[in-house]
Amino acid sequence: MSMKIGQAPFTKRVSTSLQDSFMREAVSSAQGRLTGVREQIIDELGNWEEWRELSAAIRKHTIDHLDYYLYELSENVIKRGGNVYFAETPEEANQYISSIITKKNAKKVVKSKSMVTEEIGLNHALKASGCEVVETDLGEYIIQLAEDPPSHFLAPALHKNRDQIQEVFRTKRGYANSSNPEELTAFAREQLRNEFLSADIGITGCNFAIADSGTISLVTNEGNAEMVTTFPKTQISVMGMERIVPTWKEFDIVVSMLARSAVGQKLSTYVSTLTGPKAKDEMDGPEEFHLVILDNGRSKMIGSEFQSALHCIRCSACLNVCPVYRHIGGHAYGSIYSGPIGAVISPILGGYEEYKELPYASTLCSACTDACPVKIPLHELLLKHRQNIVEKEGGAPLPEKMVMRAFKLVTSSAKMYQFSVKSASFVSRSFLKGENMTSGPFSLKEWTRTRDFPAPSNDSFRDWFKNRSKGGSAF
Amino acid sequence: MKVSLFLTCLIDVFSSEIGKDTVELLEKLGCEVDFPEGQTCCGQPAYNSGYIKEAKETMKHMINTFRHADYVVSPSGSCMTMLKEYENLFMDEPEWANKAEELSNKSYELTQFIVEVLDIEDVGARYEGTATYHTSCHMSRLLGVDESPLTLLKHVKGLHVVPLPFKQDCCGFGGTFSVKMARISEQMVDEKVHHIKSTEANVLIGADCGCLMNIGGRINRLGNPIEVKHIAQILNHS
Ligand code: SF4
Repeated sequence: MSMKIGQAPFTKRVSTSLQDSFMREAVSSAQGRLTGVREQIIDELGNWEEWRELSAAIRKHTIDHLDYYLYELSENVIKRGGNVYFAETPEEANQYISSIITKKNAKKVVKSKSMVTEEIGLNHALKASGCEVVETDLGEYIIQLAEDPPSHFLAPALHKNRDQIQEVFRTKRGYANSSNPEELTAFAREQLRNEFLSADIGITGCNFAIADSGTISLVTNEGNAEMVTTFPKTQISVMGMERIVPTWKEFDIVVSMLARSAVGQKLSTYVSTLTGPKAKDEMDGPEEFHLVILDNGRSKMIGSEFQSALHCIRCSACLNVCPVYRHIGGHAYGSIYSGPIGAVISPILGGYEEYKELPYASTLCSACTDACPVKIPLHELLLKHRQNIVEKEGGAPLPEKMVMRAFKLVTSSAKMYQFSVKSASFVSRSFLKGENMTSGPFSLKEWTRTRDFPAPSNDSFRDWFKNRSKGGSAF
Repeated sequence: MKVSLFLTCLIDVFSSEIGKDTVELLEKLGCEVDFPEGQTCCGQPAYNSGYIKEAKETMKHMINTFRHADYVVSPSGSCMTMLKEYENLFMDEPEWANKAEELSNKSYELTQFIVEVLDIEDVGARYEGTATYHTSCHMSRLLGVDESPLTLLKHVKGLHVVPLPFKQDCCGFGGTFSVKMARISEQMVDEKVHHIKSTEANVLIGADCGCLMNIGGRINRLGNPIEVKHIAQILNHS
């Protein structure tokens, strides 16, 4: 699996998702829960707007000076005895990691949740080199067994309800108990414990790397990252090149914004940090540490109109408030990066050809922009994509271009406009059934499938206004 | 006070009643209403579809049309949000920057104008019924007007306003989204109608014609006995 998920075209993906009532129920109730707690914790903190400003400023500063901080980070990791590898493409990253697996003759890898390793299709590459991969985050474990792609950044199995999870455990792991969440979790724990002990290599993602100390941080609610980074002798962390903060001071702020926005907590249950391999005076930690820093199209965003998308801290608040995401779920986006931020970055990382529909899968209601803790103007970036598709990519359909050209002509001339208003009224009368249109022509057909369309007014406002200023009334 | 009305194209074509109520309401509140004949559309349909160049031609026409106005008032939150955006869009065009900024600065959504500029909270209206109010996204999130309509409705005699659950959720209109992504849009409006029904209100009030067309269209199709009204129609009722 890589960033792209599934082969079906967008419309097919959407209609499949819309028919999946289990998924829709699961996503909608998770959204309700998550946005509720998020609002509570924001109120409790107070001055939310100021916190957002500060966090946005931190992210902007960091990305504006990304080259500097990446250099500082890599120097510090090396100073602590770790290795750093800059990968331009997923293939380079996978090759590097596979070479370590081969060198160590590793048979089993345990992983903690990471979107970036999904992005590069790491599990697939590792399996191909004969190594067993075990996901240790509960959600990841579930979708790994179910052979599903993730549908949410933080809750990758969000699309599954507990009965479906019970079924996955039953068929794949011989689970015999109920669908009670505690029992399901206890079962997964039991299964995973042995995996930790027998793994040769631990692989993690990275929520934030702290440049001035060379530290990798991992935010989890299950503590599995702690195990992944302590038991195996070799440790590999993979990070997108933008996941960096200058110092612990900024880390403190963004990590708390992440937890608040993601799950409505002051801080996530576990924040694990790892600074290089085990030093002589340390009790635990890996003997060998590798940090893989991935570009995969991110550097294209620097200096572009989309640079602010690199400020993202993957908190998923924008997914959790998005009404489109609620109805179609993560998989319909066709990218592991779903929701509003997914609709912004997937076309950049994966190309317009593959993801040209995503920028249109939004009403531009801006609930996402409002929720984003680092103030990424998500709905404006979606609009920028639409503009690029029209102007640069030549991707807009011809009929739409004609309509827009006509729009310009009509609405930039008073006479043309007034004439059109009159003729619209005249033409649409032939489609009327009583007061409303129930079956419209052209693209209005899409509207009138489930909604009536209003009839144009019988009387013209303009005539009425003109008349009354002369002392009469047209109504 | 002289007020220039920006009717918006949707009202121009579909809802002359709303236009009429807006004029009468403003006059009742002591304004002299002017209607610049040359006005067309705020440019949003093209702008939101990515046709910025085309949209800007429309916007220039609008800037010229309202050049003489002291205040521009419109009974549509979404179109007003677009007008307010002009100043950012023309920032780098010296010939238009000042004029665009001027227009943005003197433009107000109807309820915002009544509460903030006229400083009136009770317009003296009466309307019998139980109503719920649809908060439109652009008006509340982007224009930042969410209190004014409720403040005005609170003072309408005979009207009982009940809160709409999940009021912050978009109704699924989104301009061309409603036809381009019709399958998703249908689900969104269905959910909205479901929430409206759950309030047991007999009137749905809104301040954005696009949303009202969308929600009203679904309500009609389902044959629900809920009246769909623009806020100007309520505030001008006695
Ligand atoms: S875009 Fe903003 S809200 Fe969405 S995941 Fe990123 S940081 Fe969170």
